[in-house]
Amino acid sequence: MGVDPTLFWTIVPLLGIGTYLIRFSFLGMLGNRPLPLPLLRALRYTAVGILPGLVAPAVLWPPATGGELDAPRLAAACVTLAVGIATKSVIGAILAGGTTLYLMLWLV
Amino acid sequence: MPAPTPAPSPSTRLAFWRGALASAPFVIVVGPFALLFGVVATEAGLDLLQVFLFSASIFAGASQFAALQLMQDQAPVLIILATSLAVNLRMVMYSVAMAPHLGAAPLGTRMLMAYFLVDQSFAASQTEFERHPDLSMPEKVAFFFGSVVPVASLWFVASMLGAVLGAAIPPSYALDFAVPITFLAISAPMLRSVPHVVAAFTSIVVALLCAGLPYGTGLMVAAVVAMSAGAGTEVLLERRGQRHGR
Repeated sequence: MGVDPTLFWTIVPLLGIGTYLIRFSFLGMLGNRPLPLPLLRALRYTAVGILPGLVAPAVLWPPATGGELDAPRLAAACVTLAVGIATKSVIGAILAGGTTLYLMLWLV
Repeated sequence: MPAPTPAPSPSTRLAFWRGALASAPFVIVVGPFALLFGVVATEAGLDLLQVFLFSASIFAGASQFAALQLMQDQAPVLIILATSLAVNLRMVMYSVAMAPHLGAAPLGTRMLMAYFLVDQSFAASQTEFERHPDLSMPEKVAFFFGSVVPVASLWFVASMLGAVLGAAIPPSYALDFAVPITFLAISAPMLRSVPHVVAAFTSIVVALLCAGLPYGTGLMVAAVVAMSAGAGTEVLLERRGQRHGR
């Protein structure tokens, strides 16, 4: 699963400019104009509305196993989520999930 | 980082160092995260220069992982951009929150600050400005730049280190699952209120139901529905709270 060079050189500059404009928006141009409340409300849920949906299919149907449900990967995902919720530590959750994955791959 | 005023007063200089100190704890998160990005990006076939440009031009971990994943899936350009930019939309809130404090700075300074407006510099500055609203504008600017230094320098160094490390790791080490694990780990601490949990759950269910839609459009549908579900739940809870005279 490589990355197509043309795709890379298209995405990276555009994503860089877009992300910069998002950061610059109010600080740079729009000043103290208040945002409409419904918009502010929706913005609060952007990341949490996208990231779980992005991983869900990869957890249940990992491309590495040809889309077959895979016990080590499923267990690693559950452990990551549980440790992340319990400790609020991103790194702790990554380490716990990674350890589970490799332990299970080694055992199974 | 050059001091933002022509002749920095001692109080401005102090604010700069306080900023650096305030964001120093974030180093524990940013370092390994950037390292992992370097490793995963290299495993996806990017070279050192590409990893550097990736991290330097976007400078936002979660969206970089998202873009990387979608590029590997060969998703169409528009879908990759829309999804990755949507992950960064939370920064509009940061920009809004910083405007009253830093909006009076010269344009050049604001342009530079916008580039460095990341989760950590925002969190450190927001806390400081709320605690000390009487700080002068140059002091606030200095604090902001101070808070950027530990995070930004480590972000670049660790990304590159990860890229070098990734080149040394054989591709058969199940790193395919590093991205899902990372996303789950970033998402878990976000589940801090009922609306957040509702949004995350909706996102998962809709994404799975729409997994068959072409070109990753299922994720866009899931994102819109999940954001609405989160915002809707928030409104419902607020109304109920008002009715009970909380």
